[in-house]
Amino acid sequence: MTPKRKNRLMLVLFVILGGVVAVGLGLYAIDKGVGISVFYSPQQIADGEAPAATRIRAGGMVQQGSVKRDPNSLQVEFVLTDFKQNLTVIYKGILPDLFREGQGVVAQGQLDKQGVFQAVEVLAKHDEKYMPPEVADALEKAGVDADGQQLENNAGQEVSQ
Amino acid sequence: MNMQKKQLMPKWFYQMASPKWCYKITGKLLPLFSCTGLALLLLGTVWALLYAPEDYQQGNSFRIIYIHVPSAILAQSIYVTMALAGAVGIIWKMKIADMVAYACAPVGASMAFLALITGAIWGKPTWGSWWVWDARLTSMLILLFLYFGVMALYAAMGKPSRAARATAILSLVGLVNIPIIKYSVEWWNTLHQPATFSLTEKPAMPVQMWLPLLVMVLGFYCFFATAMMLRLRNEILSREKRTNWVKELVTKV
Repeated sequence: MTPKRKNRLMLVLFVILGGVVAVGLGLYAIDKGVGISVFYSPQQIADGEAPAATRIRAGGMVQQGSVKRDPNSLQVEFVLTDFKQNLTVIYKGILPDLFREGQGVVAQGQLDKQGVFQAVEVLAKHDEKYMPPEVADALEKAGVDADGQQLENNAGQEVSQ
Repeated sequence: MNMQKKQLMPKWFYQMASPKWCYKITGKLLPLFSCTGLALLLLGTVWALLYAPEDYQQGNSFRIIYIHVPSAILAQSIYVTMALAGAVGIIWKMKIADMVAYACAPVGASMAFLALITGAIWGKPTWGSWWVWDARLTSMLILLFLYFGVMALYAAMGKPSRAARATAILSLVGLVNIPIIKYSVEWWNTLHQPATFSLTEKPAMPVQMWLPLLVMVLGFYCFFATAMMLRLRNEILSREKRTNWVKELVTKV
C-alpha cells in the first residue's frame, strides 16, 4: 500500500471509530436518561424504576389461569408476571389475536393508587419460535406444553437475569 | 504505477478498476444471476405460500415472514456493501467502487422500505399495532433515512467524484447503525421478538418452514446482484461515454 492510501485507510477507520464512539455514548446517555426499552418488567415497576404518575408500558407473561373477563362488558383483568413479581392489569377493549394465557404481552397505561395497572392498550408480544399446528398438538398430547422445553429455558433465563 | 510489488488485494480487484473490463465481466455474470434469482424466487414463493406448514399460533398470517425477513436481511447487507464500496472508493480512488456504492443505494432503500411495510402489515394483526417506537423498528427506520440521505446527498453534489466521497463518508458513519439493528432486540426490551435464526444455534423453526425461507433469502440476494449490476452498467456507460470503447459499443448496434 502506498503511504497515501494508508493515510486514506486511516481516515476511513477514524470516521467509523468516531461514529461508533459518538453514537455509543449517545445511546448510553439516552438509555440512562429516559430509557430506550419500550416496556418495564413487573420487577422494575416494583423496584420503582418506572416513573410514577405517568403513562408507561409494562411487559411480561400473562399468568396461567389469571384471565377474568367481565361477561357484561369488554373489561378484562389478568396478572402480568415476569416469574419474580406480579402485576394486576385491568383493560377495557379489544385484545389482539395472539393474546392468551402464557403469552407475552405489553400493556400501556398507568398504575393507580391500589397498585393496579389501568391499561389503555394491550399489545401481544410473540416469541421467535414458529411451528406447525400438528407439532404443537403432538407436544401437548405428550404432556409438554406448546413451547416444550423452551418454555422452561425461558423461565430460567428470566430468573437468572 | 508501481503497485506490482506489494499488492494487498487479489488480481481481480485491480482488474475490476477498469470500467471496460468491469462492463464485460458483469455482462457475463448478469444472465447467471438473473436466471438463478428468478428461479429461486418462483420456487421460494410457491413453496412458502402453498407447501410450508402454517404456524400454530398465527396461522397463515405468519407467511409474510417469507418477504419480511429476506428484505430486512438484504437492507442491511446492501448497506454494508455500499459502505465498503465507498471505503474502497476513498482509499484506492477507484471509480468503479464509487459507482457500485451509487448503484446500491436505491436498491437498499427499497428493501428497507419493504421490510418496514411488511413489518407493519404483520404487526397489526399479531401485536395489535402498526407501529411501535421500539429499538428494532426505530433503528430500521433510521436505516431507511440513511439510504435517503445518501441518495439526496449524491444528487445534491455536482461532480461525481466529490459526490462519491461525501456519500461514502456519510455511509461509513451510518455503518454504526447495523450492529444496533442486529442487537437492539437483545440490549433493550422491545416488542419485536429476538432473531429466529443465528449462526451458532439451531433455528427456532422446523426445517419445512426455514428451508423455503433460505431459498427466498438466496433469491433476494440474486435479485440484488442483478439490479445492482444493471444500474452499474448503465452508470459505466454514461460516465465513460467519451471513451472509444463505449462509442464503438453503441455504434455497433
